[in-house]
Amino acid sequence: MSTLLATAVGVLYATAIYLILRRSIVKLVIGLVLLSNAANLLIFTSSGLTRYAPPLIPEGSDTVLNGIVADPLAQALILTAIVIGFGVLAFAVVLIHRAYEVVKADDMDQMKDTDT
Amino acid sequence: MLYALLGGFGVAALAPWLHQLFGRHSGWALALWPATLFIYFASMLSGVNDGPVLVSHDWIPSLGIQLSFMVDGLSLLFALLISGIGVFIVAYAGRYLEQHQDVGRFYAILLAFMASMLGLVLSDNLISLFVFWELTSITSYLLIGFNHEDAAARRSALQGLFVTVGGGLALMTGLIMLAMVGGSYELSTLLGQGDVIREHAWYAPMLALILLGAFTKSAQFPFHFWLPNAMAAPTPVSAYLHSATMVKAGIYLLARLNPALGGSQLWLTVLGSVGAITLFIGIWLALRSTGIKKVLAYSTVMALGTLTMLIGLGTDIALSAAMAFLLAHSLYKGALFMIAGIIDHGTGSKDLRDTGGLFRAMPVTAVTASVAALSLAGVLPMFGFVAKELLFESVLSSAASWITLLVVAGTAMTVAVAALIGILPWYGKTAVTKRTPHEAPPALLAGPIVLATLGLLFGLFAPLVDERLLGAAVSAVAGNSVTPNLALWHGINVALGLSALTLALGLCLYFCRDQFRHYTRFTDTLAKAGPERGYDASISWLVKISAWQTRFFQSGYLRYYLLIILLTFMALVWTVMLIHWPALSMGIDLRGIQLHEYALVFVLVAAALAAARSESRLGAVASLGAVGFTVALLYVMFSAPDLGITQVLVETLTVILLVLVLFRLPGFLRLTSTALRLRDAMVASAVGITMTCLLLFAADARLYDSISHWHVAQSMPGGYGRNIVNVILVDFRALDTLGEIFVLALAATGVLAMIRLRAEDKSK
Repeated sequence: MSTLLATAVGVLYATAIYLILRRSIVKLVIGLVLLSNAANLLIFTSSGLTRYAPPLIPEGSDTVLNGIVADPLAQALILTAIVIGFGVLAFAVVLIHRAYEVVKADDMDQMKDTDT
Repeated sequence: MLYALLGGFGVAALAPWLHQLFGRHSGWALALWPATLFIYFASMLSGVNDGPVLVSHDWIPSLGIQLSFMVDGLSLLFALLISGIGVFIVAYAGRYLEQHQDVGRFYAILLAFMASMLGLVLSDNLISLFVFWELTSITSYLLIGFNHEDAAARRSALQGLFVTVGGGLALMTGLIMLAMVGGSYELSTLLGQGDVIREHAWYAPMLALILLGAFTKSAQFPFHFWLPNAMAAPTPVSAYLHSATMVKAGIYLLARLNPALGGSQLWLTVLGSVGAITLFIGIWLALRSTGIKKVLAYSTVMALGTLTMLIGLGTDIALSAAMAFLLAHSLYKGALFMIAGIIDHGTGSKDLRDTGGLFRAMPVTAVTASVAALSLAGVLPMFGFVAKELLFESVLSSAASWITLLVVAGTAMTVAVAALIGILPWYGKTAVTKRTPHEAPPALLAGPIVLATLGLLFGLFAPLVDERLLGAAVSAVAGNSVTPNLALWHGINVALGLSALTLALGLCLYFCRDQFRHYTRFTDTLAKAGPERGYDASISWLVKISAWQTRFFQSGYLRYYLLIILLTFMALVWTVMLIHWPALSMGIDLRGIQLHEYALVFVLVAAALAAARSESRLGAVASLGAVGFTVALLYVMFSAPDLGITQVLVETLTVILLVLVLFRLPGFLRLTSTALRLRDAMVASAVGITMTCLLLFAADARLYDSISHWHVAQSMPGGYGRNIVNVILVDFRALDTLGEIFVLALAATGVLAMIRLRAEDKSK
């Protein structure tokens, strides 16, 4: 399964970078969202995929059943990354909206001055 | 010892304030500091024959760098020259720059320089030696550019800095190599390792680097050009840094390292020939110049060449000659530079051709100048004569014949230069000068008189100087005990004959100086194509290249920055992967994948491609949502329920946000050509393939065990929580989460601020 997901991660990276290289700021933001998904999935896949064993300790026990669970550390990192990614996105979206109001253009090549 | 050195920086820091306190007498007041140092160092003279004194303080003990000092004959000779001449320079500067508004700053830099120079000659540790070495370069830069409103001064200062600091970089590499070869950073240890160092395979490159440092500092050919330009500095600076002390730092280093590096054929060849060439070119240019300070500067180049050559020859007599020459030169050149300043100060003339007959107006200066010039010319009974005799004896006994010829010719021309300084301005027809010539005040005269008189006394009592001062210095340079046998009268021999010959030749040259200048005009065109032109060319190339690379890399377009970063990333990753290619294997394994998993990944890929290809904003956002929710499903399927929940929540908010904001923006335009799109698509695909490959390689290699066992085991007993991911977030890695909260708060503040800003704009 990780082979299949590795391919999907590659496609996500490729589309994200293609969009980030555009001149349109909206496409840049969409690329940014794709990039953060790609990175999260990359970490998720590389930590090893486990089916039907969430990192939860059942009621009445001090440790997990039969000792095999999905890697909780990678999940904790990704959880942080998802939330931070959203914060960055919210900021970026409001920023470009504000920039658009001032510059009246979606084209980054028209946003070269620092004075406006 | 530490206080004597670091105290200098303290006095330097206080100098501007002291200057305000003492007003016009601040020169004399501040001169007390070098005078104290001089007495302190002089008190060490008697003990120095018993071997070097070592003092050590920890500086950066973890790196083995110590602030350690060594006092032996050589360092003491330099320390005495630096502090002794420093006394008169500081007093002199007080009068000379009386009218200048920034005298306080001047004192501060000059005293900081003095402290750095003392640190340089007394350092035992190579690193601290290098630090002081660079400090002298920096203070010298500040002093040359002291009149910073003058473009020529700024240019000269920068030129001096580039040349000496460039050499300093080479020197640092060389010194580190030396320490690695010799196994210690302490000079006192290294000096005994000469045989090991000379046999080592690194000897030649190490020597080349160290010599580059020494040659640039001491203005050896082809780096001699910066020194005359440094004469843009105020005269006390020229007298002190660029004749008596700083330029001799390179000489000091050569002499200091002679026991460790010297004695090889390479050393002899390089130092001997570079020194001899510098000697000749220096004195040739001196004779062709007419500016008083230029003449003196070029004759300093000649002296530095002589010293380099003598250290290169390395015989006992050559080293004795070097030390005697060094002492004599410091005395007469310091005096002559200060006299050049007096002429400038008293008459407003900077050119020899504008002077003449000044004896009547300033008799004391005139006599002092003549006495110092006699020492420069090497006339009996001055100390310069003693040094010159030794110079002749050492080249006659051990140098190649072409070097001997250059030395004899150079010495004859030195006589002519000495006559230019010692006779021309003072006697003969009275020249019309800008100001009415007047005798200099005592503060200006004290230095030249004392230094010139010392030149005479040292000559008369040469054996005493030998015993008390130079013997220990020569022994330190040679690495074993040497008695120089200085004497005014060595009997009638070849050296004496050469002395007489050069004296006669030099005087002839002096009287035919106009013809000489006329017939040697052709060298001016040669000089134009000289090393200074190389310097200018390399500076202009440097500027051009940096302008070009700035334009190239700092284009201002986000996509070009990204392209550079991505291409660099891929180049580095693939280099490493190809190096380790045989050891890598891809963990391709398609077994056990269920149909709905294939379907899910297919949706993910299709949605991502649709988002990239979409021509409409709505299509792009919808595809983005599809990608996000598919990823959430994947999280749920592979045992990450928390991630799934969060992803669904965030994805919903993202889509809402994008829909709300993006639709206030204009629709997509086709901004780039198909060719550019193709290029970006290729780069993007390459990055995608790289990431896939990385992931596949990584899946098949686990170098270290996961540390999450600990988290799983400790979740309940340590964190009292059944959801391990949550325990990690709020307990084991709580500080990370706190940081995350701060980031979110910051982002929220930013968002709020921008929305508020917009509201205010509208309300206006």
